Amino acid sequence: MDLMHEKEVEKLSERARTIRQHIVRMTHAAGSGHPGGSLSAVEILITLYFKIMKHDPEKPSWPERDRFVLSKGHAAPALYAVLAEAGYFPVEELLTLRKLGCRLQGHPSMTWTPGVEMSTGSLGHGLAVANGMALAAKLDRKLHRMYVLCGDGEMDVGEIWESAMLAAHYKLDNVTMYLDRNMLQLDGPTEKIMSIEPLADKWKAFGWNVQEIDGHDLREIVMATEHATQCHGKPSVIICHTVKGKGISFMEGALHFHGKAPKDEECTKALEELGVCK
Amino acid sequence: MNEKWKMESQRKRYSKALIELGKQRKDIVALDADLSTSTQTAKFAQAFPERFFNCGIAEANMMDTAAGLAASGKTVFVSTFAVFGTGRCYDQIRQSIAYPKLNVKIVVSHAGITVGGDGASHQITEDIALMRVLPNMRVIVPADAPETYRVIFEIVKDRDPVYVRMGRADVPTITEEQDRFKIGKATIMHEGDDVTLIGNGIMVSRCLLAAEELKKHGIEARVLNLSTVKPLDEKIIVKSARETGAIVIAEEHSILEGLGSATAMVLGENASVPMRRVGIPDVFGESGDCEELMEKYGLTAENIVNAAHDVLARKK
Repeated sequence: MDLMHEKEVEKLSERARTIRQHIVRMTHAAGSGHPGGSLSAVEILITLYFKIMKHDPEKPSWPERDRFVLSKGHAAPALYAVLAEAGYFPVEELLTLRKLGCRLQGHPSMTWTPGVEMSTGSLGHGLAVANGMALAAKLDRKLHRMYVLCGDGEMDVGEIWESAMLAAHYKLDNVTMYLDRNMLQLDGPTEKIMSIEPLADKWKAFGWNVQEIDGHDLREIVMATEHATQCHGKPSVIICHTVKGKGISFMEGALHFHGKAPKDEECTKALEELGVCK
Repeated sequence: MNEKWKMESQRKRYSKALIELGKQRKDIVALDADLSTSTQTAKFAQAFPERFFNCGIAEANMMDTAAGLAASGKTVFVSTFAVFGTGRCYDQIRQSIAYPKLNVKIVVSHAGITVGGDGASHQITEDIALMRVLPNMRVIVPADAPETYRVIFEIVKDRDPVYVRMGRADVPTITEEQDRFKIGKATIMHEGDDVTLIGNGIMVSRCLLAAEELKKHGIEARVLNLSTVKPLDEKIIVKSARETGAIVIAEEHSILEGLGSATAMVLGENASVPMRRVGIPDVFGESGDCEELMEKYGLTAENIVNAAHDVLARKK
C-alpha cells in the first residue's frame, strides 16, 4: 500500500474524531460498555478499515476479503462505529448498542452483526481464531491477510502464548497482530496487576517479527503494517503504544472509564472536546 | 463380555471414516493435541499431511484455531481425549464454537471409566453434562464401531457443531453395518412391552444382556439405543414409557446430568413412570482393569436387571 499524503492523514484524522463521537454517544446511550479501551484503539481500527484492508461491505462474505478479529471484544463500540461508517449497517443503528433485541450485542457476535468476523468477549481467544483463518487461507492458496487486535490485559492469558507458538510454528506470515498497549486493565495498571514486560522480547523469543509504534500515529500504523506484510516466514506483532480513553481529556488514563459509560454531563463535555457544538 | 459379539475399536473406525471423508472432500481438516496416535487421527495426518494440524498440548488454542478454520469454510475435526477436549477448553468451545455455531466436529476418545489404568485424572465421567447444556451443541455417544462410522458420515452433512464421544476400550459390535443412523433418532435394539432399557455407548450391549437375563424370568424388555443425547429423541422415550410403564437408563457417565437425567426430565414432564438410573455414582474413578472398573462402579448387566426388577415392582 502507498504511504499517506497529508490530505489522506487529515481525512482519516477527521474520521477518527467521528468514531470517537460515536463511541461516546453509544456508551452513553447504552448506559454501560467500555469507552476507555475503545478510544485507545480508534486509530488502529480506522487505518485497517479505511486504508489497509481489502473488504467490501456490499459483499461481507467475499472469500478473498482480509479478516479482522477483535480479540479484545469489549472494544465493540469502536468496531461497530467503524463498521457502520464503512457501510456494513446504518450509522443510526449505533445508538441501539446493548438494547434488547438489537443487533449490536455488548460484545461482538458474528451471528448477530454484519461485518463481525468472529464472536469474541472472553479474552485471549482472538489470536488463535485468526491463526485458524490463516491456516485456511494457506490451504486454499489465498492471499488475503488476517488482522487481529489484542489488548495488553490479554497478555495475561495463557492461550495467547499457545497461539503465539502455533503461529510461529506454522509460519503464519499472513497474520498481523496489533497489541493495544494502553497500560491499563480493569483492576489497575498492567504492570501492577500482572507484569507482562518485557513484551517485545517475549514476542521475539516466540519467533515473531516485532515492531513498536505510536498507536495513535496513522502514518506509523500504515508503515508498520506494510513492513509486516513484507515479512515472510513469520507472523508479525505491532506493539501499539496508546492512551486509554484517548481524545477526551478526563478519560485519558482514567481507570474508571475502562468499563463505565459517560454520564449525561460527561457525555456533553466529551462531545464538546471532540468538536461537537451544543 | 458375551462371546457372541465381536470386539472392535471405535477409534479405528473413526480414523477409517475420517480418511474416506478426506478423500471425498477437500474441506475436511483435522486437529489434534499431541494424542493423534491414540485418537487415531495420525492416520489421517499420514494420508493428508497438509490438512492435519498438531496443536501440541494446548487444547484451548486448538479449539479456537478450529473455530477460525471453520469460519473460513473448513469442516474441522478436533480430536483428543474426552477429559482434555471438554474441561481444559470449555470456554473456547462455548465462546468460539457453540455461540457462533461453527462447523467444528469434536470427536473425542478415552471417555468414561473404561479408560482403565490411567485413573481418575483421565476418566472423565462428566463430559456429557458439560456438552449437553451448551446451546447449539449436539451430543452423540455411538454404541459400537460400526455406529461410530455411520455417525462420522452423518455429522458432516450439516455445518453445525457436535460432540462425539468414544471410549478407549474395544466395544462389542451390536449393530449391523447396514443399519442407519440419524441425529436425534433412537433405535430399537430389542422389542418388549414389560420394561424399557435405555442405554448409549458401551452400555447398550449391557442392556441387551440384561434383556436376555430378564427373558429367563418371563420379562420382555425393550432395549433402546439412545446414541444421541442431544437432541434427545423425546418421542420414543414418552412412547416407550406409555407402552411399557417402566424405564431403566444405563450409561457410562456420572448419574448426574447425563442421559439418565435428560431422560428423567422428559419423563417427569410428559409420562411419569417408575424409573431408575444405572451409571457411575457421584465420585471420581480409580485405576484398574476396564472390566473390573465397570463391575466396581456398577456398570453391569446385573445392575440393570436389578433396576428393572425394582421399577417393575413399583409399576404394579
